[in-house]
Amino acid sequence: MAIDKAMNVLIVDDYKTMLRIIRNLLKQIDFNNVDEATDGAEALAKLRSGSFGLVISDWNMQPMTGLQLLQEVRADARLKSMPFIMVTAESKAENVVAARQAGVSNYIVKPFNAETLKEKIEKVLGHA
Amino acid sequence: MPDNTAETSALTQRLDECRRRYPESDPAMVADVVRAVLTTMRGDLTAPETSLLHEVEELGQVIANAKAEIEALRVDDISASHIPSATDELDAIVAHTAMATEAILETCEALDGIADRLDAEYAAKLQEATTRIYEACSFQDITGQRITKVVQTLKRIESKVTQIVATFGVAGEMPGGEVDFAVETEAALLNGPQLPSLAMDQSDIDRLLASFD
Repeated sequence: MAIDKAMNVLIVDDYKTMLRIIRNLLKQIDFNNVDEATDGAEALAKLRSGSFGLVISDWNMQPMTGLQLLQEVRADARLKSMPFIMVTAESKAENVVAARQAGVSNYIVKPFNAETLKEKIEKVLGHA
Repeated sequence: MPDNTAETSALTQRLDECRRRYPESDPAMVADVVRAVLTTMRGDLTAPETSLLHEVEELGQVIANAKAEIEALRVDDISASHIPSATDELDAIVAHTAMATEAILETCEALDGIADRLDAEYAAKLQEATTRIYEACSFQDITGQRITKVVQTLKRIESKVTQIVATFGVAGEMPGGEVDFAVETEAALLNGPQLPSLAMDQSDIDRLLASFD
């Protein structure tokens, strides 16, 4: 299944540097329509008012975490099928389990490389 | 052997009540008073009571020793100066690495822009190199989070130290010994890099030097 790389991607992280890194890595694999948010609440507002095909979110943010954002997305009738990749330094098994139970599409542990990001995106969008 | 549990429990309750009612009391002074009162009762004490008296005396000594050791450590300096200074330094590390990372990313983005004007083979090589740099730059997020955890731990230690100081009523200042003035003066000059809010930049230094001309 061909991936529509013209889709809007929302990246969410409280570290501006990380947002910039992910944006550049996405650009290198031809995802050029990228928007940013620095916490779950800002991301949720953008998701509800916009049209996105993929969310790539950090977990540890305030006031709304990535997991809370994921739960809100899955509880929203319009957004519930949104592909959602968690990119986080939280690498304990219980974190991954909690994210999976909340409905995460894939999970990347920081620090990550470009190949991992590309592979997970293709996997998630290939199944979307 | 007689069971002292009930007596010990009752005594503990009374001590807790006393501590609640008189939070400012000096533990060493209280121990002295208790010791003085109980000494007058020695002839009337049973074996378990004598044993308990001995335990209370030892407890008093432990408290006195702990207080002396805490005073010697100058723990008030830890919460008043050392920990705030350490957290400021760590915050500065995060800020400096963030600035450096941003500069690296900016340069990479410029290189990516040049790649568009190169032939396919060189463009691919250049992109591969910038990708590696982007990946490596994620260290800033990780180190930032680790340092934040260290700062939080230091703040918890600071809080505990403050509690200990309050509990033991440790005095703020301890008499200091004689110091070698020359050594002390030079040591005061050796502080490593300054925090940005305290530092002079190069133009400030140039102006200062020029004022001597």
